[in-house]
Amino acid sequence: MNHALGWPHAAAWAKTVRLFCVMVLVVPIALGLWGMILPAFGVVPGLRAAGGASVALTLAPWRAVWQWPGLWEALWLAFLSGVGSTLIAFALSQAIVAALQGGRVFGLVMRLLAPMLALPHAAAALGLAFLIAPSGFLARLLSPWATGWQDPPDLLVLQDPWGLALMAGLVAKELPFLLLVTLAALGQPALRGRVLLAQSLGYGRTVGWFKTVFPAIYPQIRLPIYAVLAYAMTSVEMAAILGPTRPAPLAVQVVIWMGQPDLALRMQGAAAALFLLGAVLGALILWHFGARMVAHWARAWNFSGVRGLWAEGWLRGGMLAVVALGVVGMVVGLLGLTIWSFAGIWRFPDALPQTWSLGVWRDVWRGGGGLLSALGTTILIALGATLVGAILALAWLGARPKVAGTSPVLWLIYLPLIMPQVVFVPGLQTAALALGMQGGVVLVMATHVIFVFPYVVLSLCGPWQSWDPRLALQAAALGAGRVRIFWSLRLPMLLAALLTAAAVGFAVSVGQYLPTLLMGAGRVETLTTEAVALAAGGNRRLIGAYALAQIIVPVIGFAAAVILPGVIFANRRGMSRVAIGG
Amino acid sequence: MFTKLGQIIAVALAINVGVQIPVAAQTPEPTNWPAVLDQARGQTVYWHAWGGDPRINDFIEWLGETAEARHGVRVQQVKLASTSDAVTRVLSERAAGQDSGGAVDLIWINGGNFAAMKSADLLFGPFAEALPNWRYVDVVGKPAVANDFTVPTDGLESPWAMAQLVFEHDSARLPNPPRSAAALLEWARANPGRFTFPQPPDYLGTTFLKQILIGVIGDARVLQAPVDPAQYTAQVAPLWRYLDDLTPHLWRSGRAFPANEPALAQLLADGEIALSFAFNPGRASAAIADGQLPDTVRSFVWQGGTIGNASFVAIPYNAAHQAGALVVANLLLDPEVQARAADPNVLGFQTVLNMDALDPVARARFDRLDLGIATLAPADLGPSLLEPHPSWMEQIAKDWSLRYGIAQ
Repeated sequence: MNHALGWPHAAAWAKTVRLFCVMVLVVPIALGLWGMILPAFGVVPGLRAAGGASVALTLAPWRAVWQWPGLWEALWLAFLSGVGSTLIAFALSQAIVAALQGGRVFGLVMRLLAPMLALPHAAAALGLAFLIAPSGFLARLLSPWATGWQDPPDLLVLQDPWGLALMAGLVAKELPFLLLVTLAALGQPALRGRVLLAQSLGYGRTVGWFKTVFPAIYPQIRLPIYAVLAYAMTSVEMAAILGPTRPAPLAVQVVIWMGQPDLALRMQGAAAALFLLGAVLGALILWHFGARMVAHWARAWNFSGVRGLWAEGWLRGGMLAVVALGVVGMVVGLLGLTIWSFAGIWRFPDALPQTWSLGVWRDVWRGGGGLLSALGTTILIALGATLVGAILALAWLGARPKVAGTSPVLWLIYLPLIMPQVVFVPGLQTAALALGMQGGVVLVMATHVIFVFPYVVLSLCGPWQSWDPRLALQAAALGAGRVRIFWSLRLPMLLAALLTAAAVGFAVSVGQYLPTLLMGAGRVETLTTEAVALAAGGNRRLIGAYALAQIIVPVIGFAAAVILPGVIFANRRGMSRVAIGG
Repeated sequence: MFTKLGQIIAVALAINVGVQIPVAAQTPEPTNWPAVLDQARGQTVYWHAWGGDPRINDFIEWLGETAEARHGVRVQQVKLASTSDAVTRVLSERAAGQDSGGAVDLIWINGGNFAAMKSADLLFGPFAEALPNWRYVDVVGKPAVANDFTVPTDGLESPWAMAQLVFEHDSARLPNPPRSAAALLEWARANPGRFTFPQPPDYLGTTFLKQILIGVIGDARVLQAPVDPAQYTAQVAPLWRYLDDLTPHLWRSGRAFPANEPALAQLLADGEIALSFAFNPGRASAAIADGQLPDTVRSFVWQGGTIGNASFVAIPYNAAHQAGALVVANLLLDPEVQARAADPNVLGFQTVLNMDALDPVARARFDRLDLGIATLAPADLGPSLLEPHPSWMEQIAKDWSLRYGIAQ
């Protein structure tokens, strides 16, 4: 097609761009992995003999991990919370789409998707923790009149040894993402009308959707599910806030070990990280074959002719309840965070603070507590990473007209999302140090691009591909060159989608914790690193303020993506609408 | 598109220049103080300090403003989740061969981290005794300023605050708190779920274990020497016996623990626990002044005394801004700065200075301080017990994690 548009070097150009984008994704991950594999076998890159540690290859770090009594428990926790939360979020996302699509509630869900996606993991975890702790907002609202509690009950709700609180947090955060990718996959024209057809055969809407649409959807959303599964098994900030501590899930333990001054412990951390990677791969394979088994079993059900009409009402009611729970939970959680940031003394059974205080916000306004400077750094890094990520994404999509549902190329795009951060980011830090790169804002920004770029591509590829190529042919027939077609036709028409994709990328950058912490040498303070550091500190007033700021910034990004096209194309109706994910 | 890329690269480079650290000039000579001041002017000192307490962060910010006004030295706090992060950073830099221009200029440090850095030769100095304000330091009355967890400081770190373990209780809910290890156990049995400690290896949590250990070990003098592996198991057996009895009666039945000192404090503020402790005798008053604790909270110490130690600052051997770091270390010993740190509305830290060495004006600053409603007068703080050798802390934290830190 490039040749068809009469651009002589198009093929060579496209090849170069593709190669460059692949390098952006693959090189840091390869470097990071190498930076973890070496220490896992006792080799610390660049270590001088004077350091005292042995430079010879050794299996000692692996033995240390193997002999650590908490290994199986920590691994089991990672597996349980990862697979459990993914399974729940996946099932709920499909059931919500099946049962509610086309209804009024579904419109509400679509509108809430963007802010829920923008919610950084740490802020979501903090909001949930404030809500459900035994001394949290819910218990305060219900005490003592309903519960009889004068003191907070001694209940193990947060950091429970089964990881239930962690799973709840992960589900709340992953469900919107899976809904989004499902909606994007639903955009294929071939799927339209299938539910109607099923309904005409006497199926209900929900069961009809599962029997006719879902089998076509699943291959499309398989990679996003893998990304969710890998993330959920290896999340650090959510697990640190909501997860158990005796022991912590393996990812948290890896970060603890990697942060120790004792070289032997850091090598042990590197080995444990690779161990975790193995567990993630195992879980992915398990999921893959599990899905095939379910598919095999479901085929019989699919062709059995079972209408299952009795389930329709239950499913619809159940999903309405889930959506209601999610919306109410988010609103009350935000309310709790807000109230805490204005609270003075707030003793336990009181539903509202005894005294109110503007202290935290006054300090923030005066520049105390570092919130304003963290805000500036966060926005600077996110804007830079998003700009680079969006340019790369446009170049990539321009150079590769088609991204098929399961092509190996898509695997590449998903690589940074599936490869656990805790497995390669510490190694990347070591590599950067060994290459003489100082940690700082630029390095953090560059690292964020690795994660922003795939999300921008994924959000943009739907609208990009559904753009009608005949428009380009017509423009070319009228004498427009490729460059002019891009700048004055395709880009303006896709501006709304591009801005939405950029807002997704912006939110991804705002939420990054581990890459910011490690690549910034601890010096780059963003809202997220500060919020997680404060979460360990326990000052709820300041945590509330930070979590709110952390939520507001990406939401402003999405608001800009919604408003800007309307402003720019105020005189062109039909070009000011936004498409999320296509 | 390429011009755009060029612009991005240009911007990136411009930012990078601002962040990059110039290669260090010559090593400063602490005894030649005017030269140190000259060299320090214009430097930005990256002070790696635990960042979990906004009051301390605010104090460091104030200190930075003072340093800039007086000496033209800026202070940038690098907020750590754990001091070992800074040690790790210096270690990684040495591993990568970066022997100058390092990222860490000053570390808030003591105990095991200091011992580790000292024995690995990662520190600049000796410098402490050459600081002009060293003459005010109470070396005789507060021997902990020169002996950090039994390890001689040898001038490689400079003290800036004294700390002592104090317990806190809400007098409205618990009028007569237990004042010894045995009384605590008895009280916890009668009131299950109302006491806990930060999960070791957290600093404060491990300090609580040491406080118990000193009480149950019989001859506490062995703690002043490094752990003797041959004797260790028998020596600490009473500690594990005590904890085996106590743990089932802890908050959440000992199945979860708060992460650190502020998390423990929040539990007291929420009323989840009735009894708490801190490594800062002024903390309760400060939190009351802040509206974070009700004004019925009081502090108390155990019969026989509680553990006390000093906080220090140290300078890594490869720090990029050693002269600036020296200026900040000296400024921390300034009587005006020490009086501000001692103010319960600011930090409520105990001073490292000798009141008799101060001139009347400086002394009056301390005399004027209202220590706050919940703070014990110095005379009521009781004996300050010596910190055990760092190897004890390391070993019992590790063993605690194996015994209680991994769910069975």
